[in-house]
Amino acid sequence: MSTAEITTDAVTRTRTLFRFATAGSVDDGKSTLVGRLLHDAKAILADQLEQVAATSRQRGFAHGAFDFALLTDGLRAEREQGITIDVAYRYFSTGRRSFILADCPGHVQYTRNMVTGSATADAVIVLVDARKGITEQTRRHLAVVSLLRVEHVVIAVNKIDLVDFDEARFVEIEIDAERVSEQLGLHGVHVLPVSALEGDNIVDRSERTDWYDGPTLLDLLESLPGAEEIESSGADFRLPVQLVLRPQGGLAPTADAADAERYRDFRGFSGRVSSGAVQVGDAVEVFPGGFATTVTGIHVAGRESDAATAAQSVTLTLADEIDAARGAVIAASGTLPSGRREAVVELFQLDERAIVPGARVLVKHGTATVQALVSEVLTRRDLETLTHDEADTLAVNEIGRVRLRFAADLPLEPYERNRAGGSLLLVHPADGATLAAATVIDDH
Amino acid sequence: MTPVPAVATSTPRSTHRADPLSALDLLEAEAIHIIREVVAEFERPVLLFSGGKDSVVVLHLATKAFAPGRVPFPVLHVDTGHNFPEVIAFRDETVARLGIDLEVARVQDYIDDGRLAERPDGTRNPLQTQPLLDAIAAGRHDAVFGGARRDEDKARAKERIISLRDEFGQWDPRNQRPELWSLYNGRHLPGQHVRAFPISNWTELDIWSYIERESIALPPLYYAHEREVFRRDGMWWAVGEFAAPRDDETVERRVVRYRTVGDMSCTGAVESDAADTASVVAEVARSTLTERGATRADDRISEAAMEDRKKDGYF
Repeated sequence: MSTAEITTDAVTRTRTLFRFATAGSVDDGKSTLVGRLLHDAKAILADQLEQVAATSRQRGFAHGAFDFALLTDGLRAEREQGITIDVAYRYFSTGRRSFILADCPGHVQYTRNMVTGSATADAVIVLVDARKGITEQTRRHLAVVSLLRVEHVVIAVNKIDLVDFDEARFVEIEIDAERVSEQLGLHGVHVLPVSALEGDNIVDRSERTDWYDGPTLLDLLESLPGAEEIESSGADFRLPVQLVLRPQGGLAPTADAADAERYRDFRGFSGRVSSGAVQVGDAVEVFPGGFATTVTGIHVAGRESDAATAAQSVTLTLADEIDAARGAVIAASGTLPSGRREAVVELFQLDERAIVPGARVLVKHGTATVQALVSEVLTRRDLETLTHDEADTLAVNEIGRVRLRFAADLPLEPYERNRAGGSLLLVHPADGATLAAATVIDDH
Repeated sequence: MTPVPAVATSTPRSTHRADPLSALDLLEAEAIHIIREVVAEFERPVLLFSGGKDSVVVLHLATKAFAPGRVPFPVLHVDTGHNFPEVIAFRDETVARLGIDLEVARVQDYIDDGRLAERPDGTRNPLQTQPLLDAIAAGRHDAVFGGARRDEDKARAKERIISLRDEFGQWDPRNQRPELWSLYNGRHLPGQHVRAFPISNWTELDIWSYIERESIALPPLYYAHEREVFRRDGMWWAVGEFAAPRDDETVERRVVRYRTVGDMSCTGAVESDAADTASVVAEVARSTLTERGATRADDRISEAAMEDRKKDGYF
């Protein structure tokens, strides 16, 4: 197969980007999987491997054996204690795609790390030990993935070599995985038998699982559609305004006289398109206020263009002089979300200090920051069943429903329908700590 | 050298795009978003600019982020005094062309008045931290852009895109803010500042592919050239004021290029005939060594060398 070949310039420019996260319990072999994937995709270079080999020997690993965890455990404390504390990012590419891998530790602060690693992931790989099957921890990981609506879920049934490549055992776990996925409302779940240690079905198809005719792990990662592709197709256009560009006298020194004339009264609205697409001539509306106008020009990454789509950083010029600043949202005509002062959210508590009713916080939504009040803690999720239990506080690593009130209107949308329009950060107003992440679940 | 294209106000309009965005397009869009977030939310940002390829790419991204306007922040160079002269010339030329201010913090000043002492090994890279922190304080900079990438080092792999520093400039890797979606939290108290890393998710190959795609000018020593060098620790060292061969080391003329450009006393060259950007892209794609492993003596000191320097306030 061609996937693992190192490619050169021509391909580099057309490769797409795919972000994925890995999650698993301590002994599921996650580090081995990550190490194997990087190794077989030839993403580990000689000096890194040499360093890992040397440290592995010092740690008492047999000659020639690698402690792959050393590749991702970047901090001294992690290496000394043999635990992974924080999400580590790794990069590799194949002929078709560049990959950003967020390696999420499964035990310490697992919700916090899972939420951080999964929030931007196109896919999450959840590891399961073939001998143990779906465990409580697996259910919890899948629950977080479900609540964050990660597009693709891959359940890698690892250590298949330790159950003698037994098809019956795999099918048993597969049925279990499908049942749990259904309970959690997960769609697009892929289950596959792998041995990270031996390399079966990671990059190369295993001859020892001839009963399995599905894709290898890397096949899946190379072929699943990325979030940008999904967000640009069919969704309503949204541009959260980051800043207003008014160069006036301050044109780049590279500008000539013609540019000076053309850009004399330039007033552009800069931001990253969060969903949908826009073309010159499109009718748009602006939040707040709902002012209707027309797009007269588009710069994509500083260059003039006729159109732009989700994920591109753009600057728009509009036909009318409108009053819009950072925090405004430009949307396709007729699709503007209404402003809201209140919302019920699914809240992922990340800070050690529990969230309690009456707490005053700052909320970041898109490019807006507003004061907010936790008016009510409603329920706490039971992560095994995803059912709601009565609760009046949420402690660190807990997930639950909370009612928030805002000091100003926010153009909220259900997270389910629009990721950027439905995601919030709660920030401590005094020390600035990130307290919680939240997704908007209701739609009034 | 080919000049950097003027931020492209006069290029023809692109036609409507049907294919999915490429990885480079997405990395560029992400970096511009980060740069704009920082400019919108902070009072006095500054970009650490060494003339090295990564900081050159960040500066190029900034010109695109604010086109047709100018880059709305100055750049800061921590000058070890052991620079390659070509790089200093490139630095001065670049800031002049873009019309931006250059602030310089000089390690030499600190050595001259005794605030810092020369290290026995002669390298000045670790000495940059104090002048850097003083310059940040003196410029009252609340946000400092850097060109660090997560693929460079294991400690950097754990770094946030917007990363808080306390009043001593220290990084606390075990107490970092979780970073979700593209909602960056840059809240900080007086005296604290943030480091912002717009190209966190780029690899060395991405950087070179982008330099090729955008025709970005770089200091000439990134390309193959003949130089007087000697072999030490598996690297080629330029013969000069800051690195002289010992008796058992012989000087040769070889065709080399630099994969990283840092302090002359700790940056080695690699043998290469890659004389233009396309050849460098091909070479990097084939490389079996990381750029730091291949050319940086300071990172070979220990497995936690970078982590220790970062904790103290290094970039």
